[in-house]
Amino acid sequence: MTDIIVTEDLTKNYGKISAVQNLNLNIHAGETFGFLGPNGAGKTTTIRMLTTLTKPTSGRAVVNGFDVVTQADKVKNEFGIAQQHMSLDRDLDVRENLELHARLHHIESSERKRRINELLDFVGLTDQADRMAMALSGGMQKRVMIIRALIHRPKILFLDEPTVGLDAQTRRRLWELIRRLNRDGTTIFLTTHYIEEAEALCNRVGILHQGRLIALDKPVELRQKLGLFAVETLTADLGTKYNYFPDKAAAKRYVQNLPQDLKTIILRESNLEDVFVELTGQKVSEG
Amino acid sequence: MNLLNDIYSVLWVDLRVLRRQWIRTLSTSLVNPLLYLVAFGFGLGQGISFDGYSYLEFVIPGIIALTSMTVSFSGAGQKLNVDRLFFKSFDECLMSPVSVYSIIIGKALIGVVRGLFTSIVFMLVGFALSPSLNIDIAFVAVLVLSCFVFSFFGVLVSFLAKSHQDMSTVSSLVLLPMTFLSGTFFSLSQIPEALKIVLYFLPLTHSSESLRAITLEQSFPWIYIFVLLAFGVFFFVMSMVALKRSSV
Ligand SMILES: Nc1ncnc2c1ncn2[C@@H]1O[C@H](COP(=O)(O)OP(=O)(O)OP(=O)(O)O)[C@@H](O)[C@H]1O
Ligand SMILES: [Mg+2]
Repeated sequence: MTDIIVTEDLTKNYGKISAVQNLNLNIHAGETFGFLGPNGAGKTTTIRMLTTLTKPTSGRAVVNGFDVVTQADKVKNEFGIAQQHMSLDRDLDVRENLELHARLHHIESSERKRRINELLDFVGLTDQADRMAMALSGGMQKRVMIIRALIHRPKILFLDEPTVGLDAQTRRRLWELIRRLNRDGTTIFLTTHYIEEAEALCNRVGILHQGRLIALDKPVELRQKLGLFAVETLTADLGTKYNYFPDKAAAKRYVQNLPQDLKTIILRESNLEDVFVELTGQKVSEG
Repeated sequence: MNLLNDIYSVLWVDLRVLRRQWIRTLSTSLVNPLLYLVAFGFGLGQGISFDGYSYLEFVIPGIIALTSMTVSFSGAGQKLNVDRLFFKSFDECLMSPVSVYSIIIGKALIGVVRGLFTSIVFMLVGFALSPSLNIDIAFVAVLVLSCFVFSFFGVLVSFLAKSHQDMSTVSSLVLLPMTFLSGTFFSLSQIPEALKIVLYFLPLTHSSESLRAITLEQSFPWIYIFVLLAFGVFFFVMSMVALKRSSV
């Protein structure tokens, strides 16, 4: 399998803060890669370096064969991105925002209109095309940002928390869209705080913690390392305790040997969230 | 050819925005020069003659010069500053395969468009009041040059800015003193030698002196125009350096 993104000891410091440290990452061509990590882990900073917005402090990154520092101009043709924040131009309407992107990416005027209409239709926003970007709801803005990233048919699509604040239907539709793009050959690089999203979409996930990559594998492999089964025990004084076991039999044996006065015991399959929490030592979504 | 195309793409957005709000833009940007005209041209300057011209004839080219400065500066810099620092929608330009030249020139051009727009409307008012003023192709060319200089300056400041207030800080600390001192409302010949030298380091001095020389049909102001050109090139090059360095 060829690697479409390779980073070697990629590092970014902001003064004393080390946002990303010696990151070594290989993204396979055609995969959907999930980048997980607590707030401030350095996910967005990594994407900013890969998309040429920020120069690495040290190390290097290659995107589809082009170095992000020395061949930044070439790299810019290879990817599309929907950033974490609302990055549409508020003084323009939806269609103008899309047209700007198409113009900046040298799409012929005949093709421009066709492509924009096709994408608007694709995410059900045709009737919103003439509204000001600012006036749309947050979820609609997200959708516009995503189709904007697709206009020039990039080989790599970066999605920085694409489904934050979306309703359930829209999220499902977006997942469908991501799968479809991936089937058609687009490599997807996605960050998310919704672990079930990573589980649903990603071939492999990387977990970033305080700027360091602490795990990188297929979701099931990561679960296997931890144990495919989990036992949650709820005690009155200590809160919930988690234990992990390689198979169901081992988990059951453990449960049978527990003292009787425990309030609640749950035996279940482990999931990616368990892996995440164990590795980063933090709950993902508090509460 | 791609360069021109890209410049137009960058300009295109801002033209769309301007098209939506041109009446408001024009009317707000005309308030200042019209007030200056009334207060200084009619109020204070009534009956005074200056270097052999009526004060009105003297002051109109100065006000046109300062209008080209303020309107071009904010026309190019204001939205760019906010888009870059606050909304981050400028990232869209930075991540597209469009060269830094195209971005800087495209972003400066909207300042030129806005500056010219207001200056020309004001110029028509001035011409109506004082038909003896000589307004020719050279005048318009220098006016365009002046708009370019201050548009590039606006782009440069917005690239260097670390906060939203930086634009208005520069306006107050740099543009406002120039507005009053740079040969706009009074002749440089009235000023002490030492201060005069300082004023020749300010771009607006060269705009107002050259525009005035043309309208009053004095000898052609080659030197002023060259200095203005040098300021334009300087701001353009500095913008390029700033943009490349700002991506840290
Ligand atoms: N421009 C900047 N200047 C200074 N520090 C920065 C800058 N950008 C990011 N950082 C710091 O770098 C670290 C990583 O930030 P980053 O935005 O990459 O995190 P993230 O993983 O995307 O977090 P989130 O899940 O909250 O989006 C943080 O400590 C942040 O404060
Ligand atoms: Mg982030």
